Amino acid sequence: MTALLEDKDRIFTNLYGLHSPGLDAARQRGAWNGTADIIRMGPDWIIQQVKDSGLRGRGGAGFPTGLKWSFMPKEVKDRPHYLVVNADESEPGTCKDRDIMRHDPHLLVEGCLIASFAMKANACYVYLRGEYVDERIALQKAVDEAYAAGLIGKNACGTGFDFDLYVHHGAGAYICGEETALLESLEGKKGQPRLKPPFPAGAGLYGCPTTVNNVESIAVAPTIIRRGAQWFRKFGRDNNAGTKIFCISGHVNRPCNVEEAMSIPLRTLIDRHCGGVRGGWENLKAVIPGGSSVPLLPKHVCDDVLMDFDALRDVKSGLGTAAVIVMDQSTDVVRAIARISYFYKHESCGQCTPCREGTGWMWRVLERMAEGNAETAEIDRLLDVAGQVEGHTICALGDAAAWPVQGLIRHFRGEIEERINRYRADRRHVAVAAAE
Amino acid sequence: MATRKPAKTQPAAFRWSAENLAWCEAQMKKYPPGRQASCVIPFLWRGQKQEGWISIPMMEAIARQLDMPYIRVYEVATFYSMFNLAPVGEYFVQVCGTTPCMLRGSRGLNAVCERVIGEEAHVSADGKFSWLEVECLGACVNAPMVQISTRDGDHYYEDLTPEIFEDLLAKLRRGEKVKIGTANPKRHSSNPEGALTSLTDPSLYDGSRAAPIAALPNAKPAAQ
Repeated sequence: MTALLEDKDRIFTNLYGLHSPGLDAARQRGAWNGTADIIRMGPDWIIQQVKDSGLRGRGGAGFPTGLKWSFMPKEVKDRPHYLVVNADESEPGTCKDRDIMRHDPHLLVEGCLIASFAMKANACYVYLRGEYVDERIALQKAVDEAYAAGLIGKNACGTGFDFDLYVHHGAGAYICGEETALLESLEGKKGQPRLKPPFPAGAGLYGCPTTVNNVESIAVAPTIIRRGAQWFRKFGRDNNAGTKIFCISGHVNRPCNVEEAMSIPLRTLIDRHCGGVRGGWENLKAVIPGGSSVPLLPKHVCDDVLMDFDALRDVKSGLGTAAVIVMDQSTDVVRAIARISYFYKHESCGQCTPCREGTGWMWRVLERMAEGNAETAEIDRLLDVAGQVEGHTICALGDAAAWPVQGLIRHFRGEIEERINRYRADRRHVAVAAAE
Repeated sequence: MATRKPAKTQPAAFRWSAENLAWCEAQMKKYPPGRQASCVIPFLWRGQKQEGWISIPMMEAIARQLDMPYIRVYEVATFYSMFNLAPVGEYFVQVCGTTPCMLRGSRGLNAVCERVIGEEAHVSADGKFSWLEVECLGACVNAPMVQISTRDGDHYYEDLTPEIFEDLLAKLRRGEKVKIGTANPKRHSSNPEGALTSLTDPSLYDGSRAAPIAALPNAKPAAQ
């Protein structure tokens, strides 16, 4: 079992904003330490360090970050390269990138410089969700400080590398967290995902080679390189390396964000940092372990599951963004998932029919099921429709809408059936009508 | 998909303030030549801040400014949910209603809005308030929460109860200052309530981390 993370191994030492986010204070905490030396080691070395660290993307999909960086063309030809940082944090349950941008923004700015240098990009755009207005102001302040100190801009950190960092924002659309929708939005269009291929590394922003990374993936990179890939690998099980910010919300005594080691047992995470489940562990009903898109887990699975990519995949869920949504026994789990279905209905961009039609259909059926006003045969029909949405759309929003519904039926089918039966028992005429 | 349509009553014209016009010029420098369409969301947002909402004349003006077909600006303005296509209250209250907030009692905040402000998506008679249930605002560990937008800012108010929220709205109505962020006196931001469970080691903050790094780990083979 993995030991609890010690303070000395935490990357985000100002996660809660108890100290100043400003440049001087950030430097005092170790940001911008040795940045020029890192850059002097060259792009290949930097990418190798990130590969060796085992860092997997922190935005939800868990794709190896170093490998992603290596997909960019080795040399800049006719088109410039871009790094785009995905700060469109919108997955329900997730609020970690927000803390990085408002409390530890210099780690992100430094990460943007190092990652852009590694991918031979002289410009980087950070795309924040529109609602994060105060966070945008905080990040812009850090960017301005870094420019004024010569850390970015012309001859960044005195290395001879010219680098510009721009803060951009959206205006309320979950879909823009999908990387190609984000690029469309950044180009001034509706946020509707592109067909892939071409992948962004070939043709991304303005048709140029582009890598899109999550805020946390970029912000951890400088510290990983400073402390060594093997240091980062120490945490978590094989293939699930590193530290990770977890967001624990819902029915716990003390909800919070916290940076912990990957592969920490879910129960330890909740007991150690959140004062336990409201009413005690036995009062737990279910947990959504990785943001609203991933299937929920019933208590008996939560008892000993580890919080990492592979362990959660093995129980047919996922680590996603590591946003842990806890539901105690008082929860109407059908209604909780119906509200998630409403979210996907609201956020579908409308481009693909299975998603545009399917998300609304699933929501309406779930709302009826939450009342019990349905037939048991509809449970299988709902599963069938979810399967028709899943995997039949351009982007993963269709999958994300289907998985919570599939998880609900997988683990709480009995509860839905019971509710339907109760609804019918209270209304004798329903049974009579059926008999006729 | 949410259907969004512009308001029936539209102003005759739109004009940027001198300050905002200068701001627009500066924004256009952020994007490569010929890529000024990238400014459309920031411009619409700025225009909304200036006027309170987005009108058809504003879309037309921005289309000319960015050398875009008007329909492309219209398309963007109607796609993104934060663009108000009709006037909103001086205090525009957006209650997060997605599951993490719902689990912590956001429906109780909706009830307060209905009682104190009135029907959803309608401006109160005095023009001070309007409210909307919105989707996840990304402050889930401080649920339930609302974002309140005014001409001057867009702040989060977190860890609310119906009582605290009602009091907050009353204060705003009276023009009093209210505390931004968490309403829980035992929290600072996203930390757990009460005693910290991490980040208590003073050596993180004593400057020892800023000491020069003699040699980067794994630097040797590459340096040879």
